[in-house]
Order: sequence, then C-alpha cells, then structure tokens
Amino acid sequence: MELTTVWFALIAVLWTGYFVLEGFDFGVGVLLPFVARDESDRRLVVASIGPVWDGNEVWLLVAGGATFAAFPEWYATLFSGFYLPLFLILLALIARGIALEYRNKSDSTRGWDRTFFWGSLAPAFLWGVAFANIVQGVPLDAAHEFTGSLFTLLNPYALLGGAATLTLFTFHGAVFLALRTQGELRATAIRLGRQIGLLALLIGGAFLLLTQLDKGKPLTWPIAAIAAAGIAGALIALGRDRDGWAFAANALAIVAITATLFANLWPNVMPALDPANSLTVDNASSTPYTLTVMTWVAAIFTPVVLLYQGWTYWVFRKRLTLD
Amino acid sequence: MDVLDLSRWQFGITTVYHFLFVPLTIGLSLIVAGMQTAWYRTENPAYLRMTRFWGKLFLINFAMGVVTGIVQEFQFGMNWSAYSRFVGDVFGAPLAMEGLIAFFMESTFLGLWIFGWDKLPRKIHLATIWLASIGTAVSAYFILAANSWMQHPVGYRLNPVSGRAELTDIWAVLTNSTTLATFPHVIFGAFVTAGAFVAGVSAWQLARKRDVALFRTSGRVAMVVSLVAAVGVALSGHWQAQIMTEQQPMKMAAAEALWEDETSAGFSLFAIGDVENGRNSVNLQVPNGLSLLATNSLDGEVEGINDVQARYQAQYGPGDYRPVIGLAYWSFRLMIGFGALAGLLALAGLWLTRRGRLPESRWFTRIAVLGIALPFLANSLGWIFTEMGRQPWTVFGIMRTAAAVSPGADVAEVALTLVGFTLVYAVLAAVEVRLLLKFIRMGPDPESAPAEPIPALSY
Repeated sequence: MELTTVWFALIAVLWTGYFVLEGFDFGVGVLLPFVARDESDRRLVVASIGPVWDGNEVWLLVAGGATFAAFPEWYATLFSGFYLPLFLILLALIARGIALEYRNKSDSTRGWDRTFFWGSLAPAFLWGVAFANIVQGVPLDAAHEFTGSLFTLLNPYALLGGAATLTLFTFHGAVFLALRTQGELRATAIRLGRQIGLLALLIGGAFLLLTQLDKGKPLTWPIAAIAAAGIAGALIALGRDRDGWAFAANALAIVAITATLFANLWPNVMPALDPANSLTVDNASSTPYTLTVMTWVAAIFTPVVLLYQGWTYWVFRKRLTLD
Repeated sequence: MDVLDLSRWQFGITTVYHFLFVPLTIGLSLIVAGMQTAWYRTENPAYLRMTRFWGKLFLINFAMGVVTGIVQEFQFGMNWSAYSRFVGDVFGAPLAMEGLIAFFMESTFLGLWIFGWDKLPRKIHLATIWLASIGTAVSAYFILAANSWMQHPVGYRLNPVSGRAELTDIWAVLTNSTTLATFPHVIFGAFVTAGAFVAGVSAWQLARKRDVALFRTSGRVAMVVSLVAAVGVALSGHWQAQIMTEQQPMKMAAAEALWEDETSAGFSLFAIGDVENGRNSVNLQVPNGLSLLATNSLDGEVEGINDVQARYQAQYGPGDYRPVIGLAYWSFRLMIGFGALAGLLALAGLWLTRRGRLPESRWFTRIAVLGIALPFLANSLGWIFTEMGRQPWTVFGIMRTAAAVSPGADVAEVALTLVGFTLVYAVLAAVEVRLLLKFIRMGPDPESAPAEPIPALSY
C-alpha cells in the first residue's frame, strides 16, 4: 500500500477516534440541562467525563498535527478556508474546557454549566457542517485556496450534516450516561436517549442517504448500512437495559459514518467544485521521506497510547454513585 | 492595519498568552511530583497536604494551558496557510509527534492523577503525576524543535519544482543545535517561574502566620529550585547567545544595538539608538563584554547591524533585513534583567529564612509577591525577542513573514478573530486569577480532610 493511502487511513482513524470519544463528551454537555435535576446530579454528570475528556480532545490535536505533517496542503486549505467555523469551534472548545475544569472549583456553577452546554453543542454541530462540506466539495482556486465565504459553507446539505452529528453525539452521550450512572439519572438518560436516538437515526439516515446518492461508491453502501444498523441496534439495546451493548453499537455507528465519509472522499482529501483544483492524497501530501518517518513514529506510539488510554477507561469503569 | 499586521498581532497575543501558563505548568508539575514523592517516601501527612494544595493551583493553571494550546495547533493553517504549505513537510512532523507522544501522555495521566487518589495504588498514583510532568517537558522539546527550525533551518532541502521545503533528515531537525540550547533555557525558565510562584504564595501565607511549617518548607524548596534554575537559565542563555551570534548575527547585533562590526565589542547597558543613521546617540557599555559573551574572547569579532544588512542585501537581494532594533534591544535586556532579579530574590529569600528563621519584614512579603511577575515578564520578553528579532523572516533565510500569511484571508475576519480571542483571553485571565486567589486564601485542607477531590462522588 502506498504511504499516502496509509496516512489517509490513519487520519481517518484519528478523526474516528475523536468523534467516538469526544462525541459522548459533547453529548453529555448537551444533555446536562435535561438529565440533571439538582446540583448533585449535575456534579455526577460532569464527573462522568471528568477523568477522560482532556485525553479525548487530544485526538483532535493529533488529527490536526498529523494532517499538517502528512498532508500540509490539506491542513492549509482546510483551516484557512473554514476560517470562521473553526474560530467558533476553537472558542467553544476553550470555553467548555475551562467550564469543565473550573465549575467544581467555583462558588456559582450556573454560568459554567451554560458555557459547557453551548461549548458542547456548537462543535458537535459544526464538525458535521465541516465534514459535509469537505465531502461535498468547496470552491478552490488553482493554488488550492478556498474562494467561498461563510455562507458557502452553510448550505442545506452541510446543515443537515451538522444536525446529524449533533443528534448522533447527543445520543452517544445519553448512552454513555446510561452506562455510567444508576437509578433515576440513568432512567432519565435512557428516556432522553430513546427520543434523541430516533432523531439521530432519521437525520443521520437522511444525511447518509443523500451522501451516498451523491458521492457513494459501491464499497460505502454496506458501511453506511452498518452505520444505520448501529444506531438502530443501540436504540434496541438501550430499551432492553443492555447499556454496554448500546454504547458499543452506537460507537460502531460513529465509526461506520466516519468511514463512509472518508471512503467516499478518497482519493481526494478536499474535492474542489472544479475537479482540476481538487486536493488529492497525491498533490496534498508530504514527501515519502516525511511519511516514512511519521509512519514509524505512529507505529511505535499509537499502540502505547491506546494501551494507556484504554487502561484509564478500565480504572474508571464502575458506575458513578453518590454516597 | 492589513491582514499581515493583524495576523502577526494575533499570533503574538495567542502565543505569549499561551506561554504564560506553559512554564508554570512544566515547573509546578515537577514541584508537585517532588512533594508527592516526599509523601510517598515518608508518609508524613504534611507532604500530602502540600501536594494537594499546590496540586490544586497547578490544575487551575494547567486547564488554561490546555485550552489556549488548541489555538496554537490550528492557527498556522488558519492565518498562515502559505507558511503551512511551504514548511508542512518539515514543520508538521515535530508538531504531530508532540501530539502523539506528549499531549496524550500529559492529559491522560493527569486525568488519572486528579481522579485516581483512591482508585490507584499509591505507587501507581505517584507514577501518574511523574508521567504527566515528563509529558509536559517532552511536549516542550518537540515544539521547540519546530520553532528552532524556524530560527535555524536544518535537515531540509528546497524543492526547485514545488519551491517548498522538504525534510531530508529528521535527526538533524530533532538535534538542531538551536533546539539543544533552547530546550534547557526554556525548561530552566519554567522552574524559575514555578519557583517564584510557590515562593511568592508561601511568603504571603507566612506573613499571615498560616500553616507556617508547611509554607516555610514549600517556600524554601521553591527558592532553591528558582535559584538553581536561574543559574541554569543564565548558562543555557549564554550558550544560546553564542549560537545566535553565529546563526542569526542580525538578531544578536540588534539585541546589542551594535551597528558596525567590532572586535573588542562592549556589552551595552543603556543605549538610545538613531536607527535612521545607523548609530547610537548614547551608549553606556561594559568594555569588551559582548565580545567575551558572544565569542569567549575579549577581542572576538561581533558583526554589526549595518554590516550584516549590507551582507544580506548582497545575499538575499534588496530589502531591509533589520528587525525593530529598539524592541530587540530592550526585550533582550529586560528579559535578562527580570530573570536575574528573580534569581536574586530567591537568594535573598533563602538567606532570610536560613536556619529556622522566618522573614519578619512586610517589605519582603510584598517584594516576594510582586516577584511572582518577574519570570513571567522574562519569559514573555524572551519570546518577543526571539520571534521579533528574527524578522523580516518567518523561517530564517528562506521565507519572509510577509509571504507566509494566508493569501485568501479577509481583513474583517482576521480582525474579528483577533478581537474575539483577545476578549475571551482577557475574561479567562480574570477568572483564572480570581480562582487562584480564592484557593490561595483558602489555604491547604485541614489535616483531617478526606483525600478525595470530589468528596460526594465515588467510582
């Protein structure tokens, strides 16, 4: 396999890891005002992601760094082109990180909880908008500079993509809370989860269908089907008190959706409206030497990271209780 | 202001702001790890209370470092897309390594440390803070390797077809002489910073006669750290200056307001420059000082601004290759001055607290508290010097800053994000300082307090 293909796949894996992990963090933030009745509930909800959210967010930083190293042109075009949405995402991530870390240290938590809610909702929506635009293609000139504006990015298909990731991540958060809590809190999470999960299935399904009709390849139809089946499976499992299975099924759905998007993208990394200007794995990539170096680094350190991050989840595996 | 100016201001503000938190994180993580190690070894509960008190302040600061670091990772692409395209093949590699090797390590193990007090065996729990601390230093190494490449590009070639820099030797980049000198300078600077912080807070608590034993120990440990680190900063800084004289003579000449090539050059203490005519109207000097510092010889030759300018015009074509001389001169001087004061303050503090003494003077308390600012000023000025002193280059000798900015960027958008980040950062600074003050005033937990960060929760 060519190294550019390896790195395209690796970057897809990093984004997948980011969406699977920070997806439920975002969902927990969006659900906070709806699942928690009082301060002790809210503390518990926030604590459910306390030990892991920061490690989850690093997946984004590594995805960004890996894109810079392996596909500098992709990194440059994407982040300079999607300037304002990215600015909003950064502000949201800053505000929500501070809210998470400072709420329990502050005298008043209301403002922090509101910040956490909006700081979770905005990126959960905007990442969907961004990826829908990437897959759909954007106006690029011959130098690969983005020539559109903010409103180019806010097209109906992209907004549907945003709604899809927002509902899907919120559902993911609900399932995660069901898995990590007990009693009434868990019951509320399940009840909300079944509603939002249905929405995720409808909106996510519609988004996937449109994506497939427009950009689909024979290979990605079964993956898209797995995604839909994953959401449906998570809904069913959640209804039968199989929280672990529900979480696994919805995680699989997120993996499959991300895989669908990236597989439809390949061999482009950022298709242009005029195909002659498209960025591809070949014209956007670093030199074979850089890719070789980075492949070694990734081959050595990725398993180590997976091991200790996995261990963290093992350490904090028990359901949260107030005692 | 145009897109270039706005982008430069934005990069300057977000980077200097980020670097207020970074050195304190690096230094304080080690001090806290040291305290917890003392507790692990002695089982003396005083060390546990110390660990938890300073640990709390450390975490408040760490959060700010994390969230402001996200911007750092993306703004190269956002505001400097031409730069990103030009250098990505080389510059992206250390950045990606930093994420994969260091960011995961610090964030994951810090999460384990915060929530693992009663979940992990004592030994493993101790290991988590050490791993987080090592992660912060490893992170510094990679990002400094990336920055050093901008100061002194090595291990690359310029592709004549694409016109871009391409990596040819990753080891050359990771063992760049500039990196090897800069890394200890930054790490020692981080220890001075954390030392001054802990010493200042301790002095304030001692003046209130609260937890005297705990804060006397904390303060003295911190001052030893500061003092030793200040010597390290000076030595590594000296090494750096020698490398700079060789690699970026213009930066050194600007730092010294040295206009003409000179043997037996003096070290300038105070100068008023006349940039237009390329000379100083006033210059108070230590004779032979600069030659000695820069070349290890009293009569070594140091290049001057006017001569380097003429040489660069011959080498790179017409243009002004001088940075803002006054800024380079004063940021360099003040960096050294503030750093030296921080070291002297630590020395004075150790003297005043020798053999069981407590500092009695109100003045010492005031100075120690104000002294917290010294290393922060020195750190910021150091970065302003090293980045502004490299201008007009963004990558020395091969890419100018004016050519690095995103060509498609819109003035209004860059202005909006500049204002947005600055406002949010200002609010966050106020929130952080208030929170730090609250926990400093609260003091350490009483001795009987449970060792659980969130008392009402269990996993």
